[in-house]
Amino acid sequence: MSTLETIPPPSLWVRLWDSNMGYSFRRNPVAVVSLIIFVAVALMAIFAPLVAPFDPYDPAQIDIMNSEYPPIWIEGADPSFLFGTDDQGRDLWSTILYGTRLSLLIGLCAVALQAFLGITIGLIAGYVGGRLDSLLMRLADIQLSFSTLMVAIIFLAVTQAMFGSETFNQYAIYFLIVVIGVAEWPQYARTVRATVLAEKKKEYVDGARVLGFGPLRIMVRHILPNSMSPIFVISTVQVANAIISEASLSFLGLGMPPSQPSLGSLISSGFDYIFSGSWWITAIPGVVLVVLVLVINLLGDWMRDVLNPKSFKG
Amino acid sequence: MNDMNPAQPLLELKGLEKRFELDRGFLETIKFRSGKIVRERREVHAVNNISLNVERGEALCVVGESGCGKSTVARLIAGLLTPSGGEIHYEGERIDNRSRHAMMPLRKKMQMIFQNPYASLNPRMTIQQALEEPVRYHNPEMSKSDVLEKVATVMRSVGVDPSWAKRYPHEFSGGQRQRIAIARALTVDPEFIIADEPISALDVSIQAQVLNLMLEAKNQRGLTYLFITHDLSVVQHFGTRVAVLYLGSVCELADTATLFENPKHPYTKALLSAVPQLKDDHPNHIRLKGEIPTPINLPQGCPFESRCAYANDRCRVEQPRPLQQADGSIVACHAVEEDRLES
Repeated sequence: MSTLETIPPPSLWVRLWDSNMGYSFRRNPVAVVSLIIFVAVALMAIFAPLVAPFDPYDPAQIDIMNSEYPPIWIEGADPSFLFGTDDQGRDLWSTILYGTRLSLLIGLCAVALQAFLGITIGLIAGYVGGRLDSLLMRLADIQLSFSTLMVAIIFLAVTQAMFGSETFNQYAIYFLIVVIGVAEWPQYARTVRATVLAEKKKEYVDGARVLGFGPLRIMVRHILPNSMSPIFVISTVQVANAIISEASLSFLGLGMPPSQPSLGSLISSGFDYIFSGSWWITAIPGVVLVVLVLVINLLGDWMRDVLNPKSFKG
Repeated sequence: MNDMNPAQPLLELKGLEKRFELDRGFLETIKFRSGKIVRERREVHAVNNISLNVERGEALCVVGESGCGKSTVARLIAGLLTPSGGEIHYEGERIDNRSRHAMMPLRKKMQMIFQNPYASLNPRMTIQQALEEPVRYHNPEMSKSDVLEKVATVMRSVGVDPSWAKRYPHEFSGGQRQRIAIARALTVDPEFIIADEPISALDVSIQAQVLNLMLEAKNQRGLTYLFITHDLSVVQHFGTRVAVLYLGSVCELADTATLFENPKHPYTKALLSAVPQLKDDHPNHIRLKGEIPTPINLPQGCPFESRCAYANDRCRVEQPRPLQQADGSIVACHAVEEDRLES
C-alpha cells in the first residue's frame, strides 16, 4: 500500500490562489478589474469618515452659501470641493462616500436577510418535500407574482403614513432592509430547493440517515455545504439588485431621508436642479451607482461561469 | 453476543413488499381511456412478498439482474424506505414501523455500505470529520482523545493511513474511498452490515482488496453481512448462503455450495450458465428468450413464466410457493415441485 507524504496544509490564501477559481480569476481581466474597483469603492465607503474631507451629517460644517459649486475642473469652482457641492452646500464627494456606505450597508444586510429566509425555507422545502414543499413553493410563487418595488412602495408608504415622516426617517434604514429582504426571499428559496433536491438523492445523504443523524444535522452539516456554489452566485446578483431597489425607493422619496442621503436620495435631490445647470448633483452619484452595480454584476457573471457544475466539479 | 436464543435469526423478513407510486397527486391519476375519464393509479411492484432469514455470523448474498429489487430490499432493511407491506424483525423485534428515535439503538448495530464510493462520502468533509461525526454522535460522553483514538484505530483496521485524515474524499482513488466508507460504517461497531453492491463500481484489481477487507472485518468482529451483488464469482468467494431474486420475488435460496453445484430453479440455471468459464471453449449457455416483464403490470402467475422453457398452464395462473427441497434449499417453481425438469 502506498503511503502519501503529509505535506503541511497551505494557508487559506495560498489554497484560494492555487484553486481552480483563483486560476480562472487571474485569467479573466474583467473579473480582476471589477474586483479592484469594487474593493476600492467598498474600502472608501467603509472608511468614509477618514477619507471624506467633510462630515455631511454635521450641520455645523454645512454652509448654504456654498451651494451648487461645480466640480473643480469646471470654471467657477471652489478648490476645496472636489466634485462640487449640492443644493444645500454639502461637499458632494463626502456625501457620495457616506451615501455609498449606506447603500452598501442596506444592500448587504437586505441580502443577508433574504439569504437567511430563503435558505431556511428552501432547505426545509427541498428536504422534507411533499405537502410542505408544495405549500412553501406556492407561497414563493405568490410572493414572486408581486414585483419587489410594488410591495416595497406599498409597505413603505403605509408605514410612512402610520408613523409620520419624523419617525420614519429615523428608522428608514431598518424599514428598507426588512422590506427588500422579505420581498426577494423566493429567489433564494427556489435555487436552494433545486440544489437540495439534487443533493438529497446522493448516497452520502443516505449514509448519514443510516447513521441515524437527525434531519437538522443532515440539512445543515451535509446538504447545505454542498449547495453553496449557487448561493454564492445568486448572492452577488442579489446585492446588486438590492442596491438598485434601495436607490429606486430613495429616488421615489420612500427611502433614506435627504438629511442622511444614500446614493438614490442624492440622485433624487439633484434631479430638481438638473435643468438649471447643476447636473453634477445627479450625474456623479449616478455614475458611482452604475459603476458599483456593474462591477458587482460582472463579478457575479464570472462567478456563475466558474461555479457552473458543467465546467467545474468541486 | 447478547443473543439468548441461538435459533432466533438476526434478521427476519416476513412477506416484505414495496410498491412505488408512479402517479403522484390527484391530477396525474386521471386518465383518458376509451372515451371515458377514469382514475387510475399505477404502481411499480419493486419487492413482492419476500421472506428471508439472516442468521447471525453468515454472509447472505442477494443476486439478480438489474431492476429485480435487490437494492430496494437493502434500503428497506436499512430503514431508508418504508415497506408497503410485511414486517422486518431484528433480533425478534419489529423494526419497520419504528420512529427515528426508536431506531437509534439499532443504528449502532446495523450499518450500510453503498455502491458508489464517489457519492457516498460527503465531498466537503475531510476523512477525519467524516469518521469522527458518527463516533461523537453516538457516544456523546466520549472524550476528545478517545474519539481520535477510535478513529485512528478504525482507519488502521481498513488499511488507511491515519496521517491521510486531513484530506478530502476527492484526493483518494475509488478503492481507498470505499475503504474509508467501510471505516465509517465500522466506527459505530455494528454487528450487521448491509452492503449494496459495494464493489461493482470499483476497478477489478481493487475489487478483491475490498472484498478481502470485508471478509477480514467479518472474521475479526464477527459481523453478519447482507451482501447485494450481481457478480456470481463474488458470491462463490464471499457468501455462505445465496438468495436469487427475480422481479422482486425470491426464486431460490440455498447454501452457496449447494446452489453452485445443483441449481434447481430454471432462472438460477440460466444465471449460472452465463458465468464465463476458463476451461470451456464452447460454453452451453441457456439463452433466455424475451425481456424481463415490467414490474408495473406483474404477471399473474410465476414471475419467470414468460421466459421459462418449462412453463405450462399452471405457471401462467398460479404463483409458485417457496418449498423446501431435500438438500435444504428453498425453491419457488412449479416445475421443480412437479419434478418435470429433466436435468
